[in-house]
Amino acid sequence: MKAIYFAWVRERIGKREEEIAPPREVSTISDLIAWLAARDENYAHAFEKASVIRAAIDHAHVKHDAKIDGAREIAFFPPMTGG
Amino acid sequence: MDKVGAFGPEIRVQAEDFDPAVEAARLTKGRSDVGALVTFVGLCRDEGGALAALEIEHYGAMAERELGRVADEAAFRWPLLGLVAIHRYGLIEAGGAIVFVAAAAVHRSAAFAAADFLMDYLKTRAPFWKRAHLSDGTTGDWVEPRAEDDEAAARWRKSGP
Repeated sequence: MKAIYFAWVRERIGKREEEIAPPREVSTISDLIAWLAARDENYAHAFEKASVIRAAIDHAHVKHDAKIDGAREIAFFPPMTGG
Repeated sequence: MDKVGAFGPEIRVQAEDFDPAVEAARLTKGRSDVGALVTFVGLCRDEGGALAALEIEHYGAMAERELGRVADEAAFRWPLLGLVAIHRYGLIEAGGAIVFVAAAAVHRSAAFAAADFLMDYLKTRAPFWKRAHLSDGTTGDWVEPRAEDDEAAARWRKSGP
């Protein structure tokens, strides 16, 4: 699946998007955040306050308990500040 | 996009500027059933001279879809005759327009409420992020979300029309 990052999440991780292949036990957005945060200090910095991170699966907002099974594109970003 | 009611809300996500007068006029052109047209333009303010521009990052694949969902929700809640939402991205200099919302209805209460709702909801749901470019030439921080925006969006959950 593709992971895509925006705003300061993107900056802290240092990339806009990437292909990821989480192990089977990573089943929810919350699990995925923990799995990514354990990669290195940049990911850890991006996800240090997991509760403020917003996520979308295939272009629709989801909560952290959403299942990621079958997702093609998962986005992580800070709270939105448009308008 | 799924149509709710007799019309499809018009949603545009673009880098280019827009003319609010032209956009508003298109909602009433050639028809005489509209009794109320409410428009809103959100502008980039200079924060007392400190801010030169806003850089707006967006999630292109999701932005139009999410704005469409919010517009469909407005069209479901109120009896509207037309609805337009335009959101820009990229670098927008102080004084420039960022967002446009227009709602047409038979009576003003529906048009006012729909435009208000659309702005409240798009602020908290549409995938756009602002970053300040300061007048001294430096790049400032990402704009922090305001608690008032969340509260403004939440009030629509308590009181339906």
